Amino acid sequence: METKLLTQHVGDPQQHTMERAIEHGAYQAWQKVLKEIAPADLIQIVKDSGLRGRGGAGFPTGLKWSFVPKDSLKSKYLCCNADESEPGTCKDRVLLEGDPHAVVEGMMIASYAIGCHTAFFYIRGEYDIGQVRMSKAIADAYAKGFLGKNILGSGYDLDIVVHRGGGAYICGEETALLSSLEGDKGLARLKPPFPAVEGLYRCPTIINNVETLANLPHIVVKGAQWFASLGTEKSKGTRIFSVSGHVKNPGNYELELGYSLRDLVYGLAGGILDDRPLKAIIPGGSSTPVLLPDKIDTKLDFESVAAAGSMLGSGAVIVMHEETCIVWVAEILAHFYMHESCGKCTPCRQGTGWIYEILRRIEAGYGKMEDIDTLLDIADNIEGNTICPLGDAAVVPVISTIKLFRDEYVYHIEHGKCKVHSQFKLRTK
Amino acid sequence: MILSDSAKLQISQTAKRYPKVRSAILPALHIAYEEHGYLSDQIYEEIAQILDLKLIEVAEAASFYTMFPKAKRGKYLIQVCRNISCALLGSHHLTAYLLDKLNVELGEITADGLFTVVEAECLGSCTTAPMMQVNAHYYENLTVEKVDRLIEEFRSQK
Repeated sequence: METKLLTQHVGDPQQHTMERAIEHGAYQAWQKVLKEIAPADLIQIVKDSGLRGRGGAGFPTGLKWSFVPKDSLKSKYLCCNADESEPGTCKDRVLLEGDPHAVVEGMMIASYAIGCHTAFFYIRGEYDIGQVRMSKAIADAYAKGFLGKNILGSGYDLDIVVHRGGGAYICGEETALLSSLEGDKGLARLKPPFPAVEGLYRCPTIINNVETLANLPHIVVKGAQWFASLGTEKSKGTRIFSVSGHVKNPGNYELELGYSLRDLVYGLAGGILDDRPLKAIIPGGSSTPVLLPDKIDTKLDFESVAAAGSMLGSGAVIVMHEETCIVWVAEILAHFYMHESCGKCTPCRQGTGWIYEILRRIEAGYGKMEDIDTLLDIADNIEGNTICPLGDAAVVPVISTIKLFRDEYVYHIEHGKCKVHSQFKLRTK
Repeated sequence: MILSDSAKLQISQTAKRYPKVRSAILPALHIAYEEHGYLSDQIYEEIAQILDLKLIEVAEAASFYTMFPKAKRGKYLIQVCRNISCALLGSHHLTAYLLDKLNVELGEITADGLFTVVEAECLGSCTTAPMMQVNAHYYENLTVEKVDRLIEEFRSQK
């Protein structure tokens, strides 16, 4: 069963309007924060709640906020990262389109906590409806006096600026997002300094994911203890999982952390398309290692998925049935990382292209047996040798598919064709 | 001058929202693209003038992203998601079907000037795959029947 905390009202077609959102309790947390809670106490509440980032890395949100230097005279900035583009992931879109006021309110609360007076909402350029609805929600929030100068008589000022990306996966990486927001190419930056100390315009900056921020109003209204009662010991709250691929009922499902992967895939998502046997699952977006069917009873929380040999990542569960050629899957993902590498670090810029070319060669039937070791060698030379995690992510599909399906690579090379035919056709109706 | 007066005004207004003017490059490129459907060196130059930046600063940013093409496209730019969730449900077939139906090569413009088909990386429509983006709009859960109907609609709207 779903636990609808963030998605409780997204099915309401009018939830994106100010009127309906207010009927459903929007901006109560914001008013409470302005009246009753000091920024330092707010940070403590979020720390106590156990909320961890929903973008992929799972870093504790309150702890991240506490890295902003208190004594700095520089401006402080908050960026909402809505550059959702990890293959398989479309959960932030659910909130941006279905409950934008929750995201705006989350941005307000986070801004207040870190002492920010200008926040940026960075949304991937292609998300048209999300951008329109968020812009309207922000405009309506100004009209209601929830944004602007001296908000509701509190003396606190806050502006939110909507910034559309230009189409680049790398800008979801926090330092690349900052480069992009500054008008530069979306190139990642070396850390340290971490953005919390030196980020946008070299000022202290916090970058939080959409879903992370949408949790904040609930934590403020219902309390840290209540939030911490959801989920597992170390993974608190809910997450929105995007289930895609070969399932009967693909969709976004909000689950308490610790929910069983089996119940998600075979229960909520209706089981495997055409009742075929399951072949593999990518549990947390394309940058996370593939799991075999024997891991179907894994619990969906940060620790359990890691123990199973993968990562919870962005919560994108990609399901593949037996007809799927794994070399073909690796080739598709390799093409993606080649296309999206920003080009700053040589191992990633060059290596992602080589990996794609070799996989394409194997897939086309011209592979050589030594290609498998060459792929692993290239992967080894990328991993850990790049500024940002895109390089590490790019090698994951290659390494994990070779590790789990080496026989399929060998078959491909020996026979010059797929062991299974993944020529998936568009449905007629 | 290529950019209209209203686009120029919009760009200089947008720039005021940012602590540093260079941040307005991407919004400016979006405004120019929406007005013209493609970008050019001349447009880069005009944006640079409005924002009082160097041409290279605008050109550099513009060339990095996928949403600011310099080539002209058909009236309807069809972007088919080629990434994993869509591929598992037939996106490669979808691309081939569109190219065949419209009698055009990938990235080219149909003879009537109406369509360009390109492939795109994940557009965040994974649970409603396969999908295509046509200009700004997403069309999801595609089937052969739905694609046929959409193409007819675009043709009749001209």
